[in-house]
Amino acid sequence: MINYITLTYQVSGDDFTRAGEASSDVKSKLKQMGVSPEMVRKVAISMYEGEINMVIHAHGGIIKVTISPHEILMVLEDQGPGIPDVEKAMQAGYSTAPENIRSLGFGAGMGLPNMKKYTDEMDIKTKIGVGTTVTMKVKL
Amino acid sequence: MDKFFNAVRLDESLCKGCINCIKRCPTEAIRVRNGKAVITKKFCIDCGECIRICPHHAKLAYHDQIEILEQYEYTVALPAPSLYGQFNNLEDVNIILNGLKCLGFDDVYEVSGAAELVSDMSRKYVAEHMEQWPIISSACPSVVRLIRVRFPNLIDYLLPIKAPIDLAASLAREKAMKLTGLPSEKIGIIFISPCPAKVSAVKTPLGIDKSEVDGVLSIKDIYPRLVSCMNAVENREDLEDLTISGKIGISWGGTGGEADGLLTDSYLAADGIENVIRVLEDLEDQKFTKLQFIELNACHGGCVGGVLTVENPFVAKVKLKRLRKYMPVARKHITSAEAFHGFWTEQVEYEPVFKLGEDMIESIAMIAKVEELCQKFPGLDCGSCGAPTCKALAEDVVRGVANENDCIHLFRQYIHKISDEISMLDKTGRIQNPE
Repeated sequence: MINYITLTYQVSGDDFTRAGEASSDVKSKLKQMGVSPEMVRKVAISMYEGEINMVIHAHGGIIKVTISPHEILMVLEDQGPGIPDVEKAMQAGYSTAPENIRSLGFGAGMGLPNMKKYTDEMDIKTKIGVGTTVTMKVKL
Repeated sequence: MDKFFNAVRLDESLCKGCINCIKRCPTEAIRVRNGKAVITKKFCIDCGECIRICPHHAKLAYHDQIEILEQYEYTVALPAPSLYGQFNNLEDVNIILNGLKCLGFDDVYEVSGAAELVSDMSRKYVAEHMEQWPIISSACPSVVRLIRVRFPNLIDYLLPIKAPIDLAASLAREKAMKLTGLPSEKIGIIFISPCPAKVSAVKTPLGIDKSEVDGVLSIKDIYPRLVSCMNAVENREDLEDLTISGKIGISWGGTGGEADGLLTDSYLAADGIENVIRVLEDLEDQKFTKLQFIELNACHGGCVGGVLTVENPFVAKVKLKRLRKYMPVARKHITSAEAFHGFWTEQVEYEPVFKLGEDMIESIAMIAKVEELCQKFPGLDCGSCGAPTCKALAEDVVRGVANENDCIHLFRQYIHKISDEISMLDKTGRIQNPE
């Protein structure tokens, strides 16, 4: 018997109206699975932040979410510009978002800090000019 | 009483089995089975969208009839503020209130009066509970029901104060008992409602143990008789002053009215069930945390948009605005005795009705099967199978309440396959040797 499922989402870049579709779908599936509201909240918030980052900085990418009874693993992979200074990017309030993005209410510099806050494990692998892979884990 | 009671019903004889309601339902609670629309009760939030959309008028709202007045020795009418937006050239709310008495009620208690008390209480509550911001309005029963089944993380943000109708009912009963000396059961507290959700809220309340409302009449039903009663009393010299509310109370009838009563700018007011869902989704993802208050109404325009009203909601809003122009801001202010009646006494519990399997392992397998079926189905969301979308059919199949071949497109492929096989048979019924 299979005891995990992997969901794959293509996130398109530069389309804010569609940003959040993937995390919204995961959210509704987790509720259908009877995952506790608290865990759904953690996954929804961290994945939404990651998804938005992909749209803003990396022209989209691919998200793979693996759900099993003990944990939810989110892998967000993009071929964007990469993060020059991960440590700095992790600081609350640090933002590189241009003004037109900020005026939409995004880019407050809380994306990565929130992703870390709401997940149990988080790892960023990034290479300038090649792309970034963010792996997040929420333990159930 | 069943905790999933709902007031929306079907008149089978009128239902043609079309797909209008299944497509419109915001919680995908309706399926067409054997040519008739069937509501899954636990998914239904009584928003009334199916009543609004049904071209055959097969969807009805269950509510009481005016004859209910005969069951009581003394009756009090509780008119919703939205009722005031239903009449042309109305100058004085007292014409409606006296009209209600002429209709057969012994007394009238304006829900808008209780609404001002709720505004008073909410103002204080919101200011004192920063940790709960943004606090979500609990006045629309459809919204509370939606949150209960779909947004468990937001239950704690609900304003734990009674809806104006429930506070009005408590206060009206207390007043009537004092005035008449009658025991509680001989007094009938009757709400004049713009929507079916209020019927459910009375039968199976959330947040309170028992509603003090004894019956619910629909605005639409009493409208013609009320209009003639209003014509009869209109020119009376001795028109009794029965009003107890001002601008704040009356404004509750439309979107933004409740939030305006909080006297803060830090709020968002959304109306229309699809917009409400979007706001709740965003709230759940913590997209806006800086607001103090979120007002949500399932109907477009607010309560004036309820399916049991008569007037176009936007016109009704204009009429409310005109009517309240010269009214004082508010006429009712909360006393500690009234506040005693005002708070919720029960917890709203999460009802995970959309859960697929018994446990996580089973659910994972079921979701995997849903995904597989979605690949197989054509993705047209045509509704011919009786489910609103291909995904909904896939979920039904996995739940064991529908069959793959309910999809007419898959069924057609299946028939082709069989007919091909039959054409391969020779006269003796054996499969021909393809050589």
